[in-house]
Amino acid sequence: MTDPSPWLTSQRQGSNLADVLERVLDKGLVIAGDIKICLLDIELLTIKLRLLVASVDKARQMGIDWWEHDPSLSSRHRHQLTAERPMEVSGPEHSDEARVPLREQSGTGEVTA
Amino acid sequence: MTDAQYVYAIGRAFDPTGIVGIDGAAVYPVAHRDLVAVVSAAPPDEAALTARLQRLDELAAVAGAHHDVVAAVAAQTVVAPFRLATIYQDEDRIRELLRHRADEFAALLDRLAGTVEVGVKLHAQERPPAPAAPTTSGRAYLQQLSQRHRHRDEQWRHAATAAERIDAALGAHALDRSRHRPQPAQLSGAARHNIFNAAYLVPTGQLTEFTDLARRLANDEPALQIEVTGPWAPYSFAGVRP
Repeated sequence: MTDPSPWLTSQRQGSNLADVLERVLDKGLVIAGDIKICLLDIELLTIKLRLLVASVDKARQMGIDWWEHDPSLSSRHRHQLTAERPMEVSGPEHSDEARVPLREQSGTGEVTA
Repeated sequence: MTDAQYVYAIGRAFDPTGIVGIDGAAVYPVAHRDLVAVVSAAPPDEAALTARLQRLDELAAVAGAHHDVVAAVAAQTVVAPFRLATIYQDEDRIRELLRHRADEFAALLDRLAGTVEVGVKLHAQERPPAPAAPTTSGRAYLQQLSQRHRHRDEQWRHAATAAERIDAALGAHALDRSRHRPQPAQLSGAARHNIFNAAYLVPTGQLTEFTDLARRLANDEPALQIEVTGPWAPYSFAGVRP
């Protein structure tokens, strides 16, 4: 392969919403712009994510359907999700346990550098 | 143009053809000498934008668009991604930023040129202890309980030690590394726990070698499952070093 651009074939592959959010909200170069936008705190966000995914239909609308593609997920887990069990909201000290992957895909083994 | 602008990243010259930003806006370069800001038009209403980004579905869409722009430009040239929702009043203010911090940005881009970020997550699979015999007494039950706790503690210790070993080995093959907070792999009820989450800065030419190494190291640890993500633009290495 002569393609020097690994990104062209791998946009969003192997990444999920949690991976993307942790980078664009928590990493990256912080520059004070002219217009101040107050973003959700990443911990608050993870609480919201957990609440949101309590509704499977809503999750599907957003493209959070990774459990349908991940062969490592057991049918037991899938059953739990489809049961629309209300999720507990935990305090901020536990909230980073609530990141939710968007569209789990295979890793990046096929990417050429 | 005098409208407000999102800034996605700074980098070097790139071809904006076909790159679409937040809300479908066309992406274009704003340059000062050889420093280039990656921008698109943004709505000037700050309150509406803030309100919108508190809604998770909107935030996910905006974050995804930000990420796609950064990835598209990173495919062409070196970039230092900005944190989401960095907005300037107009192009002149962006040029002023580039002029004002030219040396700092140039040094940053030189450091990031020819590199990619690789994400590595390690998950510990909790293995149940051997099934216990039915208990007949309270004392035996308590003994079983404490045995189970010991078993679990040992598993965690073992997994954590293995993760540190893998991190050290990967760190030796990377230009830099950055620890992230662990993510849960699944929402709840799953027997898989994310115990380690990190990003490594790797020369682009060594990407495949690095990801192969990561998988090989993890395969040697039956207690751990590995998840490799990327290549990413160097988000985790674009910040000012502490």
